[in-house]
Amino acid sequence: MNFEHEMLVGFAKSYGLFYLLALSLLVLVYTYWPSNKKPFDRAARSIIDDEDRPWE
Amino acid sequence: MVGQLTVNERKLAFLILILIAVVGLAMAITGADKLFVVHGLIIFLSALGTIFLVISGYFLPPPDIENAKHYYDDPTRAGIIIAMVWAVFAMFIGDWVAWLLAFPEMTFDAAWASFGRLRPVHTTGIIFGFGGNALIATSFHVVQRTSRARMPDNLSPWVVIFGYNLFCLLAVSGYFIGITQSKEYAEPEWYADIWLVIIWVTYFILYLRVLARRKEPHIYVANWYYMAFILVVAILHIVNNLAIPISLMHAKSYSAFSGVQDAMTQWWYGHNAVAFFLTAGFLGMLYYFLPKQAGRPIYSYRMSIVGFWGITFFYMWAGSHHLHYTALPTWVQTLGMTFSAMLLIPSWIAAGNALMTLNGAWHKVRDDATLRFMMVAAVFYGLSTFEGSFMAIRPVNALSHYTDWTIGHVHAGALGWVALITFGAIYALVPWLWKQKRMYSPKLVEVHFWLALSGTLIYVFSMWNSGIIQGLMWRTYNESGTLAYSFVQSMVEMHPYYIARAIGGLFFLIGAIVGCYNIWMTVRSARMLAGAPEFETPDLGIASAQEIKAGEQA
Repeated sequence: MNFEHEMLVGFAKSYGLFYLLALSLLVLVYTYWPSNKKPFDRAARSIIDDEDRPWE
Repeated sequence: MVGQLTVNERKLAFLILILIAVVGLAMAITGADKLFVVHGLIIFLSALGTIFLVISGYFLPPPDIENAKHYYDDPTRAGIIIAMVWAVFAMFIGDWVAWLLAFPEMTFDAAWASFGRLRPVHTTGIIFGFGGNALIATSFHVVQRTSRARMPDNLSPWVVIFGYNLFCLLAVSGYFIGITQSKEYAEPEWYADIWLVIIWVTYFILYLRVLARRKEPHIYVANWYYMAFILVVAILHIVNNLAIPISLMHAKSYSAFSGVQDAMTQWWYGHNAVAFFLTAGFLGMLYYFLPKQAGRPIYSYRMSIVGFWGITFFYMWAGSHHLHYTALPTWVQTLGMTFSAMLLIPSWIAAGNALMTLNGAWHKVRDDATLRFMMVAAVFYGLSTFEGSFMAIRPVNALSHYTDWTIGHVHAGALGWVALITFGAIYALVPWLWKQKRMYSPKLVEVHFWLALSGTLIYVFSMWNSGIIQGLMWRTYNESGTLAYSFVQSMVEMHPYYIARAIGGLFFLIGAIVGCYNIWMTVRSARMLAGAPEFETPDLGIASAQEIKAGEQA
């Protein structure tokens, strides 16, 4: 039981840290990738004037 | 409502309802305890009532082929009205509970009216009845608009709304008669939990199907938040409710977890219910309705994405702050505390993003109470997330835990953030959906706004005061090293604050009733004006949805 607990803690403290760092990095790179700016801006504007029916 | 279903969908609806009725009847007949029988009957009668509704529209002409060229909004309309009914019901119970704390004799010696039973009726009614229906209704609206696609079929959204409200009804009626598995915000027993899994998976698949049909390549960020809400709530609900019923004919079950593991699982669930039910979903609402109502795109789309991933990944770890100074290992407490503190970043990203969006539209905030609802919601979101991070710090928690400060904090979030953003979204949606220029009375929206805001402030300030006094009284020692005050002494000190809180709650409740009246009058004037309404069959539409509601509650 103790072994299991120690193992889990060790796993959480090592792997957990790095996966969170890697994930943060990935998200930031995706978000601030220069060529993504245009689609993001377009998406933000797209809801302001959505028509009252679906596109054909 | 039934007129909108294709003939095949009507058949399918009929079959599903027969199946539910049979299950309900089987529960009622085989049930080994009285409570289980009552719930079997409720399921049976709900299905039966809806069967009559389906039959009444069964032979209507099939829906117009032109319908496919429009969004399917009837479920949203029904969801909004049901949400408002739940709001008034659960806020009434909440205020009753508040008065009960000030005047305990108001239980009338009836078991069903005791604090322990009424309190979960209030929390479930508000969170799941009001909040859940509002989330489902708005998500149907948002996902169709942002995907530029109609619902893939007409039946699934109704299954979700009917099934979800049947779950809420089982939950609330169960508390009154004494059914609970004693897990906060997860009180309903195993059969209701299984039913919710079925409905929730249907909801998730429906959402994915609309997204799969989308004509707009980019999935707008509000959908990400709604998706996180649906997906994570499913995971939380399934894991936390793992339990073995004592038999298939009893309401009672035992949790698969025990001891501190059970506590940790429960608060992993409990705090993520706050995160993904009461935050992620409502942020989805905020990111759609606030820019839309302000007529300005969100200040920073990039910030909304960073905030999204921050919220989804940080919140998962914060639950253990509910178990500071318990048998939970200290490092797990520290982990929860750290992540709770870090959560301030994505939370303030969202609040800041919302307020920056309004920069340049402040004149609209001044003139339009609907937008002001949303603005104040964003402010309260920022305030209560700051407070939450602060209270999760262990030494602060030593003062605040088990006191009314927690109640104040929760209500700063629930009244100030969740309810205000919902009212804002509903006041924006109702005129759009019922094809009106504005609400029946903008003045009454204004009245509702000020009642809601003053009610929230009275509530939160009285609970801050009473909570901190309570916390200090419980930790004051005299010269001989024993406690200076007894528990009863601290209760006597709370009395005036409890009265103030109940008055604040009453303001909030009256505001919601005013809102109901205003929505009702808007719907009514829309009906009277409409010669040939686009959404057809007004008789079978909203009115009948409300009748089922009333029937179910009786």
